[in-house]
Amino acid sequence: MSALLSLRSVSVNFGRGEKALRVVDGVSFDIDVGGTLGLVGESGSGKSVTSLAVLRLIPERLGWSTRGRIEFEGQNLLDLPADKMPEIRGRDIAMIFQEPMSSLNPVMTIGSQISEALFLHGWPNRAKRHARVVEMLRLVGIPDPEGRLGAYPHQFSGGMRQRVMIAMALACSPKLLIADEATTALDVTIQAQVLELMKKIRSDTGTAILMISHDLGVIADICDRVVVMYSGRVVEVADIRSLLQRPAHPYTRGLLESVPRKGQERERLYQVPGSVPMAGSVRQGCPFRARCSVAVDKCAVKMPPMFRFAEDQRAACWVSAEQSNAPVIEDLK
Amino acid sequence: MIRYLLIRLLDAVPTVLLVLTLVFIAMRILPGDPAISALGDMATAEQLQVFRDKMGLNDPLWQQYFSFLGKMLTLDFGKSLMNGREVVDLIAFNLPYTIELTLAAVFMGIFVGVPFGVWAATNPNRTPDAAMRGFSLIGYAVPDFYLGALLLITFSLNLGWFPINGGGEGLIDRLYHVFLPALTLAFIKAAFLGRLTRTALLEVLGKDYVRTARAKGAREPRVVYRHGLRNALLPITTGLGLSTLAALSGSVAVEMVFNRPGIGKLLISAIAERDYAVIQAGVTVFAMFVVAINLLMDLVYVLVDPRIRVK
Ligand SMILES: Nc1ncnc2c1ncn2[C@@H]1O[C@H](COP(=O)(O)OP(=O)(O)OP(=O)(O)O)[C@@H](O)[C@H]1O
Ligand SMILES: [Mg+2]
Repeated sequence: MSALLSLRSVSVNFGRGEKALRVVDGVSFDIDVGGTLGLVGESGSGKSVTSLAVLRLIPERLGWSTRGRIEFEGQNLLDLPADKMPEIRGRDIAMIFQEPMSSLNPVMTIGSQISEALFLHGWPNRAKRHARVVEMLRLVGIPDPEGRLGAYPHQFSGGMRQRVMIAMALACSPKLLIADEATTALDVTIQAQVLELMKKIRSDTGTAILMISHDLGVIADICDRVVVMYSGRVVEVADIRSLLQRPAHPYTRGLLESVPRKGQERERLYQVPGSVPMAGSVRQGCPFRARCSVAVDKCAVKMPPMFRFAEDQRAACWVSAEQSNAPVIEDLK
Repeated sequence: MIRYLLIRLLDAVPTVLLVLTLVFIAMRILPGDPAISALGDMATAEQLQVFRDKMGLNDPLWQQYFSFLGKMLTLDFGKSLMNGREVVDLIAFNLPYTIELTLAAVFMGIFVGVPFGVWAATNPNRTPDAAMRGFSLIGYAVPDFYLGALLLITFSLNLGWFPINGGGEGLIDRLYHVFLPALTLAFIKAAFLGRLTRTALLEVLGKDYVRTARAKGAREPRVVYRHGLRNALLPITTGLGLSTLAALSGSVAVEMVFNRPGIGKLLISAIAERDYAVIQAGVTVFAMFVVAINLLMDLVYVLVDPRIRVK
């Protein structure tokens, strides 16, 4: 399968020169047409910044800059003139944000907000837009869609707002949906419903999904491949099976042990000890070494490159690579 | 929504009563004797007594208070002590000029201040923003009477482009006459609104829903006006109300400088001549103006913010 979106050595810096903070560092991964890719990592690992970089929504004016290649259908988005991006946003790539409470415009009705997405991408006919908005609201399970069109965001609960966001993102049938913690702010039942909805959408419309979460359980539920990020870097990329059965990176193993499983709910969950160093703050060696139980001297000196562990599994760890004799991946392309 | 407006309207009732009470008290503690100022120093004690009886100045205070309230609410302002004309007529003649001046200043202030503020907010820390800062600094620092005099001397006296005084006759002429006085007030208002728009919009443009607008493919102008400015309108409305009240008090000075008719000018000359009936009516009208502006602002809030509408 050909890649719909592929990131190659994408770095996002905050600030310039010596003091620049490399919030995202050399991230590479692919999403296939119709595929579902999970992006996991602890808070602050750079997941949101990476996804915003894809849509070029990183506020350059505030001192952010993106480097590398972000290819969507073979076209490097970073090379596009800035005024071409609005054509892609919402139509080809749509995004659901982490913050359902504040991501909808408080002074516009939800109907007009969804309708606007359509209007911006070739739906000049008002009646058709209206019909589509109702259809989308019904799809995401909002009761009485006709009657709710004229309601404002504050009249909805968090879960309902997230559904509205999903309806808005899917209105133009995008080829790729980026869902940034789309379910994190919701309570468990609603979370399950929204996840079901996303699965349904994937199978109904063939939309590729980039699912961002710090919850590996959620990712495992819906994705076929996973990217694990740590402190702004990709530490492991694998198909979901390999990742669950034989994780290559010690950080991934730690994450897996912290996922609650049936039958052991009462037990105290394992936690990866320590906390994430701020993205970009570790400048030498492996950023995970301070929390790593298997770290060796080499880890403090040299940043591990990507090693190939299986056909669709690569990870950046000196120790694991040596143990399983994994070869270095010279060139990702 | 209707309910909300009715509540606002009812809320205004105590305000009106309070204002009238304050006017009443102020009139009683004002130095000087209305009878003397009406009849002159040469009046006999008897004449003064007759006058006081006629004006109800000898009645018990509470009786005076209620008859005052009744008269004010029915617009029965009495006669001017100076020239004997009906005060209602004086007000009716002067009020349109003040309203005209205020409205012109508000519109000019909005049409200059808001776009300027948007321009500054969309170019933070660059030339437009610096220009905005300079402009607002001048606007805050320069007093209205001084600016008015400056404009009058430059454009009316020296260049002769605008009339020197008066209010004008007929629509075009009146607009011509109101231009410089309104510009005086509008300058200060624009500086204030511009600064306010910049701050409010800059904050709104950093909100998550603005990012959402961009993410769905909206281009910058739509993002700024439809999503940004529309949300920044609430603080701007508040500021507009405040600055309109400020412009009202500014109108007193401006009417004097440009020697044009208006409530402010009427009030000032009435104070100079101790014309109690006119002072009383002028202050009351001013106060009602303030109440009306506040009501208007409440109405605008409803239009601007749906969250108020449903509550
Ligand atoms: N506006 C900002 N200014 C400065 N630094 C920022 C800003 N936004 C994010 N960062 C930094 O970028 C890094 C990555 O943040 P990001 O939001 O991408 O993390 P995340 O993986 O999405 O975390 P979470 O799970 O909490 O959403 C963090 O270290 C954060 O401190
Ligand atoms: Mg995030």
